[in-house]
Amino acid sequence: MNTNLYKYILGIADNSLILGQRMGALTGHGPSLETDIACTNISLDLFGQVRSYYQYAAKIKGDNTTEDDIAFLRKEREYLNVLLVEQPDTHFGFTIARQFLFDTYHFLFLEELEKSHDITLSAIAKKSIKEVSYHRRFSSDWVKRLGDGTAVSHEKIQEAINVLWTYTDELFHQTEADKVMVKENIGVDVTTLKDQYYTNVETILNEATLEVPESKWFQKGGKEGIHTEHLGYLLSDLQYMQRTYPNMEW
Amino acid sequence: MSEEQKNMEAERSLSLEAQFEARIARDEKIEPKDWMPEKYRKTHIRQMSQHAHSEIVGMLPEGNWITRAPSLRRKVALLAKVQDEAGHGLYLYSACETLGITRDELYEQLHTGKAKYSSIFNYPTVTWADMGAIGWLVDGAAIINQVPLCNTSYGPYARAMIRVCKEESFHQRQGFEIMIKLAGGSPEQKEMAQDALNRWWWPSLMMLGPTDAESVHTEQSMKWKLKRKSNDDLRQQFIDQTVPQAELIGLTIPDADLKWNEERGSYDFGDINWDEFWQVVKGHGPCNKERMNARVGAWEGGEWVRDAAMAYAEKKESRKNKKVV
Repeated sequence: MNTNLYKYILGIADNSLILGQRMGALTGHGPSLETDIACTNISLDLFGQVRSYYQYAAKIKGDNTTEDDIAFLRKEREYLNVLLVEQPDTHFGFTIARQFLFDTYHFLFLEELEKSHDITLSAIAKKSIKEVSYHRRFSSDWVKRLGDGTAVSHEKIQEAINVLWTYTDELFHQTEADKVMVKENIGVDVTTLKDQYYTNVETILNEATLEVPESKWFQKGGKEGIHTEHLGYLLSDLQYMQRTYPNMEW
Repeated sequence: MSEEQKNMEAERSLSLEAQFEARIARDEKIEPKDWMPEKYRKTHIRQMSQHAHSEIVGMLPEGNWITRAPSLRRKVALLAKVQDEAGHGLYLYSACETLGITRDELYEQLHTGKAKYSSIFNYPTVTWADMGAIGWLVDGAAIINQVPLCNTSYGPYARAMIRVCKEESFHQRQGFEIMIKLAGGSPEQKEMAQDALNRWWWPSLMMLGPTDAESVHTEQSMKWKLKRKSNDDLRQQFIDQTVPQAELIGLTIPDADLKWNEERGSYDFGDINWDEFWQVVKGHGPCNKERMNARVGAWEGGEWVRDAAMAYAEKKESRKNKKVV
């Protein structure tokens, strides 16, 4: 098995899995029917992407591993998503800020992944980027609405941006698997996306009359499988059926 | 208004009503801008909003299992299904708005308990098999209720129902497929499926409404083609259709009195516990409070978000106008 490629794919896919799980949990509880439908849609897109990535990873791993084994049967330390996507939905401002900070990255990342010499990853990226450009528009528009809406909404979205800012830097950390994949022209060199990312984020925050946080203290660890305390609870739900009823088909 | 004018007005209204009834008899569609009797308008607002509310509240019991679905494939299908229900709610509310009431007013009626929604959603979803049972039985019963509405007299409702029914029939198949898989799976899975059928069977029969003798709206609704078959006929149709499906997958309908009646060409079935039905309708089912708290909570908790969207739209509009000036 090509361990680096396998880990590299999980590193990408786990972000979509965990964010998809977060967004899916909001279904039926949105502030309006339209936003409810949109959040579910984002969740659906992300799970669609997850399935493509995991099916590919399962093929690389061999030994009859399935997409569901990868999604549901790993231990907490084996999930490689960034800390940003596992942060909770404290209020709708957090949902939007988390989505916006991730979408801005996700779009830039997929633009590069499209050029991958791995034809499967390139094909998944081509399909996903169409969806993600919609996600980015949705979350950016809502950052502007909340930022430049009422005094209350301004305060709430600013609070969420400030809290989540600490998780943005990790998006641009390279793992060992990343480095190997970049050398083989399969992976994306995320360090090169950083400047463009912060420029794009700042443009929207400015339009939204929000302040760009000045804090330079950042958290990291997700890419190495060291997560915030939130992930364990999320996984308890995610894995419940597979753990309670092992080795069954659904 | 003089006596003469009053008489003329009454005559005019009488003739409008006669024309209206004649149009319905000819199976013509009534459109939002057409004249309609006040009672027709009100009855439609009541039924369509009740339907819309059922879609929205119905998202909650299934939404419970989105985070815990047992496979990625099932998770995606469930998400899509619950999202469809939100979509149904959206266009049913929109269809309702064509009768001169706003979505906010309709929500208000739901939240204060003035408007009803389908009682079946006041039952808890306690295992994964409930996702199968709801799709198979609840959506199955809903389709039987709703297919005749594709030909109902009010245009916007009839058109909405055509789309709703297409999606519901997909949901029903999806639910049945979950049950097939469980019933053919491990002993634990089969037990889970049987348990779900046991819990959802009777509420599904109740979902088709009180017996004809107790149904207060049936007669008028039949006349306006808001209803084409009586509750008891629909219930019989549902039972006759569902019993063979249960047999096919090796599950047992939880009714000791259920047996085929050769003469009628239908199944005879046991007594329905109507006390339970009325208890739930009156707000004392297992989850009535939870469902309402969730809906009111989402609405009130989302107020600042909706306010922000309005304020932003107004600012944007006024900036645009300034530019034009």
